[in-house]
Amino acid sequence: MVSRNSCCRLLFCGVIVSLPLIIKSTYILGILILIALYAIVAEGLGVLMGYAGQVSFGQAAFYGLGAYTAAILATRCHLPPLLCLVVAPVLPTLVALIIGRSILRLREHYLALATLGFGILVYALFKEFAGLTGGPSGLTGIPYLSLGPFILDRDWKYYYLVWVILSLVLVSIDNLTRSPVGRAFRAIHASEKATEAAGIDTTTLKVQAFGLSACLAGLAGALYAFWVTFISPSPFSFTASVEFVLMVVIGGLGTLWGPLLGAAIIVGLTEFLRWAVRIIMPEAGGEFEIIFFGLIFVLIMLFRPQGLLAPRAFQGATTGKMEEEGCLR
Amino acid sequence: MGTESQYIQYLLSGLTTGSIYALIALALVVTFNITGIFNLAIGEFVTIGALTAVSLLHAGLPATLSYCIAVLVAGLVGALVERATIHPARNASVLSLIIITIAVSIVLRGAALLIWKTYPYTLPPFVTAPPLRLLGASLVPQSLFILGLAVVAVSLLFIFFEFTYTGKAVRAAMMNQTAARLVGINPGRLSLFAFTFSGAIAALAGIFITPITMATYDMGFMLGLKGFVAAILGGVTNATGAIIGGILLGVLEAFAAGMVSSGLKDAIAMVVMIAVLLTRPTGILGSTRNSA
Repeated sequence: MVSRNSCCRLLFCGVIVSLPLIIKSTYILGILILIALYAIVAEGLGVLMGYAGQVSFGQAAFYGLGAYTAAILATRCHLPPLLCLVVAPVLPTLVALIIGRSILRLREHYLALATLGFGILVYALFKEFAGLTGGPSGLTGIPYLSLGPFILDRDWKYYYLVWVILSLVLVSIDNLTRSPVGRAFRAIHASEKATEAAGIDTTTLKVQAFGLSACLAGLAGALYAFWVTFISPSPFSFTASVEFVLMVVIGGLGTLWGPLLGAAIIVGLTEFLRWAVRIIMPEAGGEFEIIFFGLIFVLIMLFRPQGLLAPRAFQGATTGKMEEEGCLR
Repeated sequence: MGTESQYIQYLLSGLTTGSIYALIALALVVTFNITGIFNLAIGEFVTIGALTAVSLLHAGLPATLSYCIAVLVAGLVGALVERATIHPARNASVLSLIIITIAVSIVLRGAALLIWKTYPYTLPPFVTAPPLRLLGASLVPQSLFILGLAVVAVSLLFIFFEFTYTGKAVRAAMMNQTAARLVGINPGRLSLFAFTFSGAIAALAGIFITPITMATYDMGFMLGLKGFVAAILGGVTNATGAIIGGILLGVLEAFAAGMVSSGLKDAIAMVVMIAVLLTRPTGILGSTRNSA
C-alpha cells in the first residue's frame, strides 16, 4: 500500500513537471490550471465531507470570498499581490469558524439547505454591494502575481504555481488524515455519538474541518482572481457549489486522490462536451451539455454512489451508520 | 400613492407570491413526509407545468384543456423521475439522494432549455378584467385566482388526508413506516404517488403564476428554493405550516423589496431560512424522522 502510494506520488510529480514541456496550447494549460484550482477547493471539501461526514453546498461562497478579498485588497488598497494571496483565505476561514459552530449542529437535509442558503446569500451580496465588489459587472484591473521582478503573467508559470500549491495541499491533507485528528474525523463520520462518548469534542472538530475547507476554497479563489485578473459574481454561484460537491462525490468520499480526480473529470467533461456537442449538432448550443452532465451524475449516484476511487468497504460503513441512526428506509 | 396604500400594495403582492411559495412548499412537505426526501428538483416541475401549458396553448388547444394536460404531463414526469432515480436508490445515503435530486433538476432544466430555449413566455390571464382598486392599492384579478388556488388546494389536501383511504395510508406511513407496511400499505407505491402528486401541484403553481411573472426555462430554481424556505419556516412536516410559511415569506419579501432593495429579496429569504434552521432546531428537527 505504501509503495503503491509513493509510486503514485512519483508518477504524479513527473507528469506535473513534464506537462507544460509537452503542451504548448494555452487553452489546455488553462484547463489544467482550472483543474488544479478546483481540486484545491475539492480537496478541502473532501476533508469536510469524506472524513468529517458533513456536507456543504455553499463552498462557492468561500471560493468567492477569497477571490473578492484578494481582488479588493489588490485593486483598492494597492497591497502587493503576494501579500493579498496570503491574507485572502483569512476572511473565508473566519466566516466559516464563526458560522460553523451553529450551522454544523444541523444534519443532512438541513445542513445541505443551510449551507446552500449561505452560498446564495453571499452570492447576492457580491451582486448587491456594487461599491465594493463592482456589482454584476465585476472588478477589473487585478494585477498579476509577482515575486520581485518575476511576474506570473504567462499560463505556464501560473501552471507551476497552482500545481505546486495543490501538491502541498495534497501532502498536508494526507498527513492530516493519517494523524489522530484525521482518525477523529473518520470516527465522527462512522458514528458521532460513539466519538462523543470516547471523549472527543465533535463540534470543535467539525468546525475545524469546515474552517479548513473554507480556507482552501478561499486560497483557490484568490489564485483564481490573480490568474484571470477580472472577477464577477457568476463563477461563485450555486452551480459552482454543486460542482464542488459533485467533484468530491464522483472521485470518492474519504480518499486523497478522489477530489482531484473529480475536479479533472468535471472540468474535462465540461470542455469535452462543449467541443463534442458543437461538432455533432452545430446549432444545439450549450443545452445538451447540461443534460449530459445531469445524466452522468444520476448514473454515478445510482451505480457507484461511493465514487470512483473509494473501496466498496467504505460504502458498507456508510450504510452501517445509516442503519444505526435509523435513517434507512 | 400614500404610505398606507403603498403598504397595502406590498401586502397584496406579497400574498400573491406567498401563495405560490405556499403551494410549492405543500408539494415538498407531502413528498418529504412520505419518502423522507427533500425533492430539490421541485422548481423544475413548476417550469415544466408552465411551459407545457404555453406550448399546448400555442398549438391551438383550449386554455383549460392545455392547463389540465400540462398538469398531467408534470405529474407523469414526476412519476418517471421517482421510478428511474429515487426508487432504485431508496436505500442510499441521504447525501446520495440529495445529489440525485439536484442532478435530476439539472437534467430537467437542460431539457427545458432544449425544448423552450431561453425566451420568456407568458400565458393570458384567466379572466380579462381591469385591476381591482383596494384602499388605494391595485390587485390584478389573476392574484385572486392564485389565492383561490391556494385555499382550494389546502382544503382538498385536508379532505384527502382526513377522509380517503390513500390519505390515511399516507398519514400512517408518515407516523410509522414499519407498522404501515405490516398492515399492508405499500411504501413504494406511496413514494410514486408522492412524486406524481407533488409534480402536479408544482405545475399548477407554475401555470397560475405565469400570467403575472412570465415563464423561462430557469425560473424553477429560485421558486423551488423559496418553497423550501416556506416549508422550513412552517415546519417541514406540517401542511398548514407550509401554507403559513409561504404567505409569511411572500409578504416579508414584498416589504423588503419595497422598503430596502429588490436585489436583496433573495438574500433576505436565505437569512430567514438560516435563522429559522438555527434558532428553532428542536421545533423543526425534532418532529422529523431523518434527523437522528
